[in-house]
Amino acid sequence: MQPQFVTDYAAVAPRFQAGERVRVRKTAPLGHIRTPFYIRGHAGTIERLCGCFPNPEELAQMRDGLPAQPLYRVRFRQKDVWPDYRGSDTDVLEIEIFQHWLEKA
Amino acid sequence: MNEKGVYKPLTYFQLMEVSLRELLVEKGVLTQAQIEEAVEDMRRRTPERGAKVVARAWVDAQFKRRLLDDGPGACESLGIDVPKLRLVVVENTPEVHNAVVCTLCSCYPRMLLGIPPDWYKSRNYRSRMVREPRAVLAEFGLSIPETTQIRVHDSTADMRYMVLPMRPPGTEGWSEERLAAIVNRDAMIGVAVPRV
Repeated sequence: MQPQFVTDYAAVAPRFQAGERVRVRKTAPLGHIRTPFYIRGHAGTIERLCGCFPNPEELAQMRDGLPAQPLYRVRFRQKDVWPDYRGSDTDVLEIEIFQHWLEKA
Repeated sequence: MNEKGVYKPLTYFQLMEVSLRELLVEKGVLTQAQIEEAVEDMRRRTPERGAKVVARAWVDAQFKRRLLDDGPGACESLGIDVPKLRLVVVENTPEVHNAVVCTLCSCYPRMLLGIPPDWYKSRNYRSRMVREPRAVLAEFGLSIPETTQIRVHDSTADMRYMVLPMRPPGTEGWSEERLAAIVNRDAMIGVAVPRV
């Protein structure tokens, strides 16, 4: 079950559910981006929806960032992200990614 | 500069801070008292707040469940105000060890842990913690068995993360105050574990 989030501002409807496979878009727009470069292009699993928050890329341009974007915690296998990763096969990385950076994997 | 002694010119950033502060006060945006209150409020936030939350979770299973489901609500019930929806508490178990980093800047649960340590903001920690966490933890003196999953949280957006460490053996029957005293800042970032 996904929690319900009440916001007092306009928000985009969440498209993904916990457990779904997603891929981070591989693109390099200019500006203030909260999606780390190293994770772009990688596939992971939605761990949870954190809520809807004003888009930081818009906020950085002094705009209101609305409608707010759903923000997810996405879980990636370390060995998928770093092929030469040294550690357990089960080690993971969790990153907050906004919905407009995600596509179905 | 009210202090007596050797005169040292202000650095660039000190000068910027003084100029901005004086302008804000002069233009009536803020009062000097409000600025001092904000500085004091930041000083009052120390890792003891986080330790108090951890100790309560160790002795009260119901509080712990609430803390993991709704971090801000649980902290509020202890009289600690954290912004709604923005705190995620992650639990260490024999199967999973959690650690927190912010690769983009230095996002940190200041409301529970105060001002972040310098190493947390260093390029070294920020770039390597997501890439080779086991090597970084070993440098902190922490060796995590291969059978334990390491879960690194890159705190990149609106959430703030705090690790709920495991209660060490040998602390049976301890009071909350005594338990809180063994929970340090690094254990709540996930680069150390509480020891007796």
